[in-house]
Amino acid sequence: MNVSVTINGAVRSADVEPRMLLTDFIRGTLGLTGTHVGCDTSSCGVCTVLLDGVPAKSCTIFAVQVDGRSITTVEGLKQNGQLSPIQQAFHEEHGLQCGFCTPAMMLVGTALLEENPNPTDDEVRWAISGNLCRCTGYMNIVKSIQAAAAMKSEEVSA
Amino acid sequence: MYPSKFDYLAPTTLDEALGVLAEKGPAIKVLAGGQSLIPMMKLRLANPPALLDINRLPDLDAIEESNGHLTFGALVRHNHVVKSDVVKRANHTVAAAAPWVSDPIVRNLGTVCGSLAHHDPEGDWASVMMATGADVVLKSTQGERVVPVTDFCVDMFQTLCRPDELVTEVRVKKHSARGGGDYQKLERKVGDYATVGVATSLELDEHGRIASAGIALTSVYAHNLKVTEAEILLRAKQPSAELFKEAAVIASAACDPASDHRGSAAYKRHIVGVFTERGLTRSLEIAQGGQS
Repeated sequence: MNVSVTINGAVRSADVEPRMLLTDFIRGTLGLTGTHVGCDTSSCGVCTVLLDGVPAKSCTIFAVQVDGRSITTVEGLKQNGQLSPIQQAFHEEHGLQCGFCTPAMMLVGTALLEENPNPTDDEVRWAISGNLCRCTGYMNIVKSIQAAAAMKSEEVSA
Repeated sequence: MYPSKFDYLAPTTLDEALGVLAEKGPAIKVLAGGQSLIPMMKLRLANPPALLDINRLPDLDAIEESNGHLTFGALVRHNHVVKSDVVKRANHTVAAAAPWVSDPIVRNLGTVCGSLAHHDPEGDWASVMMATGADVVLKSTQGERVVPVTDFCVDMFQTLCRPDELVTEVRVKKHSARGGGDYQKLERKVGDYATVGVATSLELDEHGRIASAGIALTSVYAHNLKVTEAEILLRAKQPSAELFKEAAVIASAACDPASDHRGSAAYKRHIVGVFTERGLTRSLEIAQGGQS
């Protein structure tokens, strides 16, 4: 079946089997390997992408289901060649150790700040509660998302 | 992990979808949120020859208030329920349970009706619906049936939904101004199934007595369990801590949990009692207008 998606702003299409998972469509067919595969059972959240701006686990959705929709992966976070606030914040606050969960954490953080620009620490923890970090670096992940929130509010007031 | 091959159909009208179900019902599975179905297909526990994706059908994604009911269309996602102000006002048991369903990302895709139709015995929604009272609306080319949730839920993974039928909505009873409800859930980690879940619902009469009560349990029986005996005990009584304790003892005795990695049977049975008491107490606070 033909699947056509807008991924990180560009329209891409390909012919796929109905059973192809969105993760493999993104990684294999489109060659965007920033989206990781962890548990492959919908438990760890590392394969998260934004589907029309909303976090979804790409291991638990078929590529054919997203025909005509818009997807953002970690490769789409940069803005005009610059790191986005959330990427900058993860860099500055040491929000990653091994980096495996990072793309998903940054996407979930991005979606959270779109909806709630000034979250409390509890709200950040709640938002990332579907994402596992096996390095257990949650403290700095929360700090990074909060730092990104601060950066964004400075941008707005500047 | 990959599912076996299947045909994929994504109709854009309800009539078209019901036509497909009428023609090849037994050989097809309905795909809504897919958050239970797709993992089962990947594990090859489910191997449907075809999937009917209902996500492109119109008008199924609304939460509406009508005639004392809250109506959840077949494409209402769990997170929509979490964020809904109407739900917070109109059904306290539903409002309390929604944030406990799976994890935040799964909640973005998974649907209330899909979860009911899947009827995993460890799912939260069936207990909530049993405690508050709800009707499931089933449509086919033959017409429409409205089935009480207690009849709809037959046994684990079994419902009254025929292969040619689609669950189009669930209608949940609203709480009145003198109503309250709660959902208590113990889970090992976010996104895990309940170790124990207890749904409670109370309606008071004008004298402050209990007009009706609902109690249903998750994960401590072969299926979601409505504790009718405790509900009858509570009816027409003046609410009190002692009365709630009695109801908790009945709920504890009614369940039949299994010892597993989530806890021993004795532990789970104990928690059922604690949660029943706690849930009824919280439901009463809400019903009396103390806190909401």
